[in-house]
Amino acid sequence: MTRPGLAKAALVGFFIALLTVPFAVKKLSTPQLAAATEEADGGALRRYGFRFENVTRAAGVDFVHRAPTLDPKLAPIMPEVASMGAAVSIVDFDRDGWPDIYVTNSAEGSRNSLYRNLHDGTFKDVAGELGIADVNQPGTGVSMGAVWGDYDNDGYEDMLLLKWGRPELFHNDQGRGFTRVSEQANLPAWLNANTAVWFDYDGDGRLDLFIGGYFAETLDLWHLDTTRIMPDSFEYATNGGRKYLFHNLGGGRFEEVSAQLGIESRRWALAAGAADLRGTGRQDLFVANDYGISELYLNDGKRFREAGKETGVGFAPKSGMNVAFGDILNEGRYAIYVSNISEDGILIQGNNLWMPKDKVPGGALQYENLARDFGVELGGWSFGAQFGDFNNDGALDLYLTNGYISLDRTRSYWYDFSKVAGGNSTIIGDARNWPAFDGRSLAGYQTKRVWLNDGAGKFVDVAQQVGVTDTYDGRAVALADLWNRGVLDVVTANQNGPLLIYRNIASGDNAWIEFELEGVASNRSAIGAQVTLYWNGQRQMQDVAGGIGFSAQNDRRLHYGLGRKSEIEKAVIRWPSGKVQTLDKPRAGELHKVREPQ
Amino acid sequence: MNPQASAQNGKAASTPAPAWKRVLSLDNPYVVPAFITCILLVGHLSFGILESYPKTLLAIVVAIATELVLARIFVHKWPHPASAYITGISVGILLRTPAFWPYALCSAISITSKYVLRVNGRHLWNPSNFGISAMLFLAGDTVGSLSIQWGNYLWPMLVIWMLGALIIWRLHRFHITATYVISFVAFALMRSWITGHPWQSEIAPITGPMYQLFIFFMITDPKTTVRSKMGQCFVAFAVAVLEMVLRMNEVVYAPYYALFVVGPTALLIEMWVNARRAKAGKVAAA
Repeated sequence: MTRPGLAKAALVGFFIALLTVPFAVKKLSTPQLAAATEEADGGALRRYGFRFENVTRAAGVDFVHRAPTLDPKLAPIMPEVASMGAAVSIVDFDRDGWPDIYVTNSAEGSRNSLYRNLHDGTFKDVAGELGIADVNQPGTGVSMGAVWGDYDNDGYEDMLLLKWGRPELFHNDQGRGFTRVSEQANLPAWLNANTAVWFDYDGDGRLDLFIGGYFAETLDLWHLDTTRIMPDSFEYATNGGRKYLFHNLGGGRFEEVSAQLGIESRRWALAAGAADLRGTGRQDLFVANDYGISELYLNDGKRFREAGKETGVGFAPKSGMNVAFGDILNEGRYAIYVSNISEDGILIQGNNLWMPKDKVPGGALQYENLARDFGVELGGWSFGAQFGDFNNDGALDLYLTNGYISLDRTRSYWYDFSKVAGGNSTIIGDARNWPAFDGRSLAGYQTKRVWLNDGAGKFVDVAQQVGVTDTYDGRAVALADLWNRGVLDVVTANQNGPLLIYRNIASGDNAWIEFELEGVASNRSAIGAQVTLYWNGQRQMQDVAGGIGFSAQNDRRLHYGLGRKSEIEKAVIRWPSGKVQTLDKPRAGELHKVREPQ
Repeated sequence: MNPQASAQNGKAASTPAPAWKRVLSLDNPYVVPAFITCILLVGHLSFGILESYPKTLLAIVVAIATELVLARIFVHKWPHPASAYITGISVGILLRTPAFWPYALCSAISITSKYVLRVNGRHLWNPSNFGISAMLFLAGDTVGSLSIQWGNYLWPMLVIWMLGALIIWRLHRFHITATYVISFVAFALMRSWITGHPWQSEIAPITGPMYQLFIFFMITDPKTTVRSKMGQCFVAFAVAVLEMVLRMNEVVYAPYYALFVVGPTALLIEMWVNARRAKAGKVAAA
C-alpha cells in the first residue's frame, strides 16, 4: 500500500475508533452493574450488610395518595400540573420515644394521616381524632407537605401544613390533639408552595420559618381566570411564587421579613434546606428551583445574601427538586445533593452533587458538581433524596426516589414535552398551548436508586439487590429508625400511589450510635444543632433539620453508622445558641438523649 | 458554514462596496464565527446558557486541533481555523451533557468526518450535524441536545433572528433559511391539523434556540449544500419534509436527523447529475 493509502486507512481507522468510544465508555461502566446484579439471588445481606423489606401492609398502613383535580381549563395537561403533593415527615408528636409518620393527601376532600407508632411494628392512623386529617376541604386548597418544629418551645413538635391553598399552622397540644393557629401566626391567606423549612436564622432560640412558593400565590388553581400559569421559561423562569421568611416573635406570632432580610425571588422553588455550610454557627439556606438555577442564601444572622453564582451552585439552570446535605467523605463538610431530570436520548440534565472545593483563595465557599465522578448523577426524573447510612458502615449512602407520571406504559408524552419546552415563553407559558396528555406516561415506572457509598467517593446503585423494587411515582423520602433498632428505615410517599415503609434488615455486623437533642437556650427542637462524631480516626458531621429533601422531613434524631470494631473518641455538639458541648467516648449501640447545658 | 469556501458563491463587485458590506461579505472569514460567538455571548451573559466555560472551550480546542492535524497531514497546508471554530462552538452550544468527554469526542468526530466521508473531493455532511447526530444516536444515555437550555424570552430571539437573517442575506443564503422556515411553519400547521394538537405547540420548536443555530449555520453550509439556488431551496424543503415525517413519529431530534439524511443524499444526486451532464457533453462534443 502506498503512503497516502496507508494514511487514508489510518484515518478511516481513527474515525471508526472515535465512533466506538461511546460503546467503550459504556463497557467500562458496566463492571459495577455486573457486580451488583450478581446479588439478585438474595445475597444482599451478606454482600452489602443490609436489605430492605416492604412492610407497609404488615405495619397496618394502607395510605394511598390521590392527586388534586384543578381548574377544568387545565384538564388536557392535568397529570402534569397536578403532579405533586405526596409528602411524608417523621415526628415523635407524642414524645413517647418512637417516631411517628405524617403523610399528606392532595385530592379535594381527601384526608391526611398521622400514623402513631404502636411500638410493635405497626402503626395506627390518629390524624382524624387529633384534628389534622380533614385539611383538604374544597375551597381551602390541598396539602403539599408538612414540616414539624416546636415553635413555642413547649416540648412538643408543632406542624406547618404546606398547601396549594391556605397554609396552616397547628399547635401540638402535648400530643393529645392539635389546635389550628394559622391566623394568630400571621400566615398568608393563600399560597402555592411545595417547600418549607423550620430554622432559627437569628439564633434567638425561637424557630423561624421559610416557605418557598411554586406557582404564583395570586393563583387559585381551582378557579383560574387565565391559562397563562405555566413557567415563562423552562430554564430561567421568574414568574413563580414568592418566598416568605417568618420571623418568630414569640407568643405564637410571626412577622414576614423576607424582603428586608434579602430573600426576594420568584423562581419556582421545589425544595429547600438549611445547614451551617461555613462554620459560622448560623444556618445558610439552599433553595432548589424548578425551571431554573438554585439559590444559596448565606446567613450572617441578620441578613441573607444570595451567593448562588459566586459559589458555583447557581450557574447552570436545571429542574431542581431536592436538597439534601451529607458529609459523604467524613471530613466535616457537607455535600449538597440536588435532583434533576435525566432521560436517555432526550434530556440529560444530571443530578448535582455539589462538593465544596479545597483551597479556594481567601477561604471562600465554592462548590463543584461531582455527581458524575461519584456515580450519583443519573436517576431518571428524580425527586426526593436523603443521605443516611443504611448498612452502618460509617459512610453516608443515598436513597433517591423518582418517576414523574406513570399512565399508559406503551405511550410516552416525552416528544410533546420536549417539543413545547423548547419554545418561546409566549407559547410555553400558556397551558392551552400544550398538547393533551391523553393518558400517556412521562418518565413513568422508573426504578429507584439506593446508592451505597464506599467512603472514598464512589457510589454504587444496589436498589434492586436490596429489595427496593417499586416503580411508583416517588416524591418524598424520609429516614428514621422507626423501631429503635439502630438502623435507618425508609418511608416514601408516592404520587397517586401508596405510602411505602421499607424496613431495614441489617446484618448487625456494624455498630451505630444515635443522638436525640433538646435545646434549652436554643430552640427546643434543637434544629440547627450540629453534631460531629469522631471515631476510628475519622469524623462525620450531621445537622438537625427542620425539613429536608423534597416535601419531607427526617427524624430529628441523628443516626451514625460506625463500621466494625469502633472506638468513639468524642461527639462535639454545637448548639444553635453557640454553646459547644463535648461528649467523651459516648457508648456505641445506644440512643443518647442530650439536653443543652445551661 | 465554511467562510473560506463560501467566496465562490459571491458576486464580483464592479465598484467598491461600502465598508459594512465588505465586513458582512463572504470574503470575510470572520463574519460567521463572529456571529455565532455573538449568539453565545448574548445567550450566556443574559442567561448563562453554558453549563461551563471549560466544556465549550474543550469542544473548540479539540475541533481546531483536529482540523490542524488532519489538514496538515492530508491537505499539506495549515487551514484557516474559522471553520473548525464554528464546528467547535456549535458543538459547545448544542451538545448537552454533564460529562466532558462527549464534547471532545463530538468535535473530533465532526472534524474527522470531513476528511473521511468525502466523494469527489467534497465532504458530504455538515460537520457539526454529523457529530451531534452521531452522539445522539450512539451515546443517547449520556448526551442530549440543546432544547430547553436557553432563555425563552422574546427579545434575544428577535435580535438573533434579525441579525442572523441580515448576515445570511449578505452571504446569499437567505433563500435557504427562508424556504426551510416557511416549509417548517406550513408542516407545523399540517401536523396540528392531523394530530389535533395546538398549532402553537407545533410551532414551538422553531422559536427555540436550537433552531436558530440549525437554520443559520447547519442547513446553509456552502460546503454541504448543492450549487444551484433552486436546488438549495428544494433541499431545504426536503429537509422540512423528512423532519415532518420524523416528527409524526415523535423523533425528538428530527431536524438533525432530517438534515443528516437529506443533505448528503442531495449532494450525491447533484454529483451524479453533473457527472451525467459532463459525460453527455463529452459525447456531444465527440
